Amino acid sequence: MTTLAIHNGRVIDPALGRDGIADLVIVDGRISRVGPNEGDMVVEAERIDASGLVVAPGFVDLHVHLREPGFEYKETIASGTAAAARGGYTTVCAMPNTRPPLDSRAAVESVLREAEASARVRVLPIGCITSGRAGKELAPAGELAGAGVVALSDDGDAVADPSLMRHALEYSTRFGLPVAQHCEDPRLVRDGQMHEGWVATRLGLRGRPASAEETFVARDIALAELTGAHLHICHVSTAGSVALIRAARERGAHVTAEVTPHHLTLSHEEVAFGGSYAELTYDTNAKVNPPLREESDLEALIAALRDGVIDAVATDHAPHATIDKEIEFDLAAPGISGLETAFGLAMRLVHEGRLSLPTLVERLTVGPVRAWGLDRRHGLEGLGTLAPGALGDLVLLDPEADWTVDPERFASRGRNTPLAGRTLRGGVVATVFGGRLVHQTERAVAL
Amino acid sequence: MTTEITSRVAGSRRHNARTSESPRTDAWNHTDILDLDDFTREEIDTVLELADRMREILDRRIARVPALRGFTVVNLFYEPSTRTRASFELAGKVLGADVLSLSASTSSVQKGESLIDTVRTMRAMRADAIVIRHAMAGAPYLAAKHTDASIINAGDGAHAHPTQALLDLYTMRRHVGELAGKRVVMVGDIAHSRVARSDLWGLAAVGAEVVVCGPPTLLPRGLRAGDRPAHAESALPPVTIETDADRAIAGADVVMALRLQSERQEGGLLPSLHEYAQHYQVTAERLARAQPNHLLMHPGPKNEGIEISGAVAKGSHSIIEEQVTNGVAVRMALLYLLSGGKELPGEAAPAREEARR
Repeated sequence: MTTLAIHNGRVIDPALGRDGIADLVIVDGRISRVGPNEGDMVVEAERIDASGLVVAPGFVDLHVHLREPGFEYKETIASGTAAAARGGYTTVCAMPNTRPPLDSRAAVESVLREAEASARVRVLPIGCITSGRAGKELAPAGELAGAGVVALSDDGDAVADPSLMRHALEYSTRFGLPVAQHCEDPRLVRDGQMHEGWVATRLGLRGRPASAEETFVARDIALAELTGAHLHICHVSTAGSVALIRAARERGAHVTAEVTPHHLTLSHEEVAFGGSYAELTYDTNAKVNPPLREESDLEALIAALRDGVIDAVATDHAPHATIDKEIEFDLAAPGISGLETAFGLAMRLVHEGRLSLPTLVERLTVGPVRAWGLDRRHGLEGLGTLAPGALGDLVLLDPEADWTVDPERFASRGRNTPLAGRTLRGGVVATVFGGRLVHQTERAVAL
Repeated sequence: MTTEITSRVAGSRRHNARTSESPRTDAWNHTDILDLDDFTREEIDTVLELADRMREILDRRIARVPALRGFTVVNLFYEPSTRTRASFELAGKVLGADVLSLSASTSSVQKGESLIDTVRTMRAMRADAIVIRHAMAGAPYLAAKHTDASIINAGDGAHAHPTQALLDLYTMRRHVGELAGKRVVMVGDIAHSRVARSDLWGLAAVGAEVVVCGPPTLLPRGLRAGDRPAHAESALPPVTIETDADRAIAGADVVMALRLQSERQEGGLLPSLHEYAQHYQVTAERLARAQPNHLLMHPGPKNEGIEISGAVAKGSHSIIEEQVTNGVAVRMALLYLLSGGKELPGEAAPAREEARR
């Protein structure tokens, strides 16, 4: 019997409405007891002093790209999940745009096998909506469900054909899988490189209009209402999308949504000015799809996250190698390596008084779990909570810790972040997965 | 983000320490020429005054001055170009530089031949200045970040074409004199025009009143100051936007027609070239609304009968060919300034006022 006792932390467990100083005891990989002085009752245990720290359920990310198989030079399941552990994540849902894409049982099983062998945290695979992500015919959702996928997505690309999308939604209802759509109409995006607006005009880069996202959000909501299916909107980025999702949810449509830390905090000015205005840049590390938008979009996204219209913060962790990014802006791969900066970046909203810490924790834990019903899956009961009996996945956080982003020290192979050199306030001190420490800093003091 | 963005965001990008001895070039602070957004009025004056001296050299029977002997210029053109490339070649040769021209196709870029590698290789061969023409906006900025050779942007995507803008300013000034308060109207495909973007910065710096005119599908987003947040008001040059060419041209001191590429019609941005010509072609009839002594310009190459009528292009107000000649003079001036040049050999340094005409 192995026991881990975490003493005197501020335990925030949004699912149970708990927020207070308590001890937490994990026995054999599951939460055993939570409460004041509970740790003192345990005789033999590994002990961590969490005084001054927040103890929360391990974060759950609905949207990461682990790149394996096929793009191991960008990331592997081992390096990506190591990055997850450093970011406080104990569960990550892996997008299927690998090579081969996850559109068959064999491909999904190979990822699960590799995760079993090398992953630092839990990997839940997502299957393709269409075969080969080609947008032409449905991938075998039943076979994928049987192999263990938790959702369907062609992320990176939208399913553009409205009829095919309708059928994908309709068919998914048989297996209870959410259909996660990257909403951007490729015919409106064309070869757009960043948000269409004054910064794109300044830089002479072609724009991706907000309406490219909003028209697909509107279309897919209508299709979800037609079919009664569960539509999940990936990485919402515009105020217009927020309004559409809000209205759909008020009507009772089964629509859930996620937003990334970067879309919540960084605007399109990042591409040209890197936040400093000292020098004009073409920062390919700020190139991401959907693109960073305008201040007014950020406001709407924050409000939606606060009031629950957006269920989850998801990173869209998209690691790339230097050769994918240190090239002409038009040729650079879109995406941000986000797992290791997610908490610190999102904490900006807490420090600015725009979001409470318990709400942020909710959107990083039980929010995404409930959005996709992950805790209804066999073996994942209690995921995202610290209830006795739940999985021993938790994170120790120091909300006040200042640290400087140094991509060279990332566990991820993807060093692509627009935040290099910036100071974030809010750090992950330790991550516990299944009762075992999978990441810790010096701040995690053993007792 | 509330800091005001000034129009000189990159003013201190890289300081040039080698100008202090020379009174001619004291207002010159560039090791690269990437766009005019980081040029001060004084720097523009320095270039234009020097261009005047270069124009004199160019007009000599034997146009050769060994001012850039030992200076190596590499033209790296990723996009086909006849005039800009020839202009840089001649500019370098008149001043005695070694000039090498390379055309790299965009396909070689897509095959993974890295721009950074190429630029660094050229520098290793002791190139002093690298002139880059590229279909992708920002490519010269990437190059400048990875080499200490001087990078000159000879057109990057829809972003900038600063040497064209300087030659436009020089040509206008030769005819008009002081440009402050003059009404300069650009007509055509503003959205895809790097010439228009750089001209806007240059004209703003010298205080001209600029009007851009084109069909709504060919006007870029966010150009109207009111469409930007307050802190970004000066992030783009001040400009009046007009979609009616007759109204735009009324009272113009200078009218510049921009090239319309036929892809715009294929891309669904225009119903037809015929309809475009009806509404936006610069014609004698439209120019009748301009100032009686107006100037007509075009950055070339022209599509006569589309954006400009053949008659006015060859007419008495047209200074289109002179733009081409002046392009060589302006590029001579720029190469000379980037070389850290002081007095021109065999020339007494002229007084500023004299040079300004």
